[in-house]
Amino acid sequence: MSMMELLQLAMGVVMVVLGIVAINSKKKITSVIMLSAISMLAVVLFVVMRAPDVAITEAVIGSGLVTVLFVFTLFSKKKEGEDV
Amino acid sequence: MKQVVSILLVVALGVFVFLALYTGDHSPLQFTPYGEADLSTRVSQRFVDKTVTLGMGEAETAPDAQAEADAPAFEAMPALVVYGETRDAETGSANMVTSIVVNYRSFDTLGEVTVLFIAAFGVGLLLSGKRKRQQPAYEPSFILKHGARIVFGIMVVFGVYVFIHGHLTPGGGFPGGSIIAAAILLLYIADNEFQAKVKTFKILEGVAGSLYVIAGLLGLVIGGYFLQNFLPTGVVGDLVSAGVIPIVYILIGLKVGSELTGVIAGFATEEEAE
Repeated sequence: MSMMELLQLAMGVVMVVLGIVAINSKKKITSVIMLSAISMLAVVLFVVMRAPDVAITEAVIGSGLVTVLFVFTLFSKKKEGEDV
Repeated sequence: MKQVVSILLVVALGVFVFLALYTGDHSPLQFTPYGEADLSTRVSQRFVDKTVTLGMGEAETAPDAQAEADAPAFEAMPALVVYGETRDAETGSANMVTSIVVNYRSFDTLGEVTVLFIAAFGVGLLLSGKRKRQQPAYEPSFILKHGARIVFGIMVVFGVYVFIHGHLTPGGGFPGGSIIAAAILLLYIADNEFQAKVKTFKILEGVAGSLYVIAGLLGLVIGGYFLQNFLPTGVVGDLVSAGVIPIVYILIGLKVGSELTGVIAGFATEEEAE
């Protein structure tokens, strides 16, 4: 196994761990940030696997737009007195 | 308990993928290594042998006897596409993905745009009515307020760059439009009073979508196929080099950008109390 494959494997393991953290965290905002981090790692993986077109879409939508929309919604929930 | 089961499942899946990718022998689990797959059993050989540079002279000049003796496989090999020199390639697009997405499979992209349109339409229908700006729980700081206006211009220019250069560099209409929508989302975050003119965006969206279909119909009339690339292609790597592809990508970018802006505007507003 080459260095690159080891790197990809390690990144995949980190993504799985982050996913489990996202499920188990008490605060919703932590889950959102973890999902964003997973997307960011996926972007790096897509670039390593030579799919830059997918990577740029994932970067914009996965770790950009969707995260901000989640945070936006959480803030407006906070206003209604819910604990986030 | 649930966590243990989920971790076990993930580990089992990981072991499965690992074994499939990295064990030696020819098991049904194993993928063929890169470059060793027998393509003739999977796809039509005509598409494997196809050259996209036919008609530009290079591929048609028959190799002389000496070269044929030196390289027997020469005839099967298409002429090399050289960045900045090759003229009049089949699609003219330097980005392989784009030449598939908006040339060979452009009808798929039209369907994809329609899916996004229906999603945005559903959101608009659910969040319709008289709406006012939702007040977030925080007050934007000075830096956020004024920094956002500087960054907004840069983001819009970058989004336009991404979809205009879709046939040259990675990216295209969908990411470019999303970047523009993200820029407008930034304005929403940075200003509690800001409201986008949703009506204008909806008109823009409708016009861009209709023009995409009209471009396809023009291809049908001129070239004989729906969404045929009917404009001449230039030197690979130039901005104006891919016929109808940049035009279609600009339309897709405008359409996606205005659609996502409409969705964001729906999320950032709330129904006005009676």
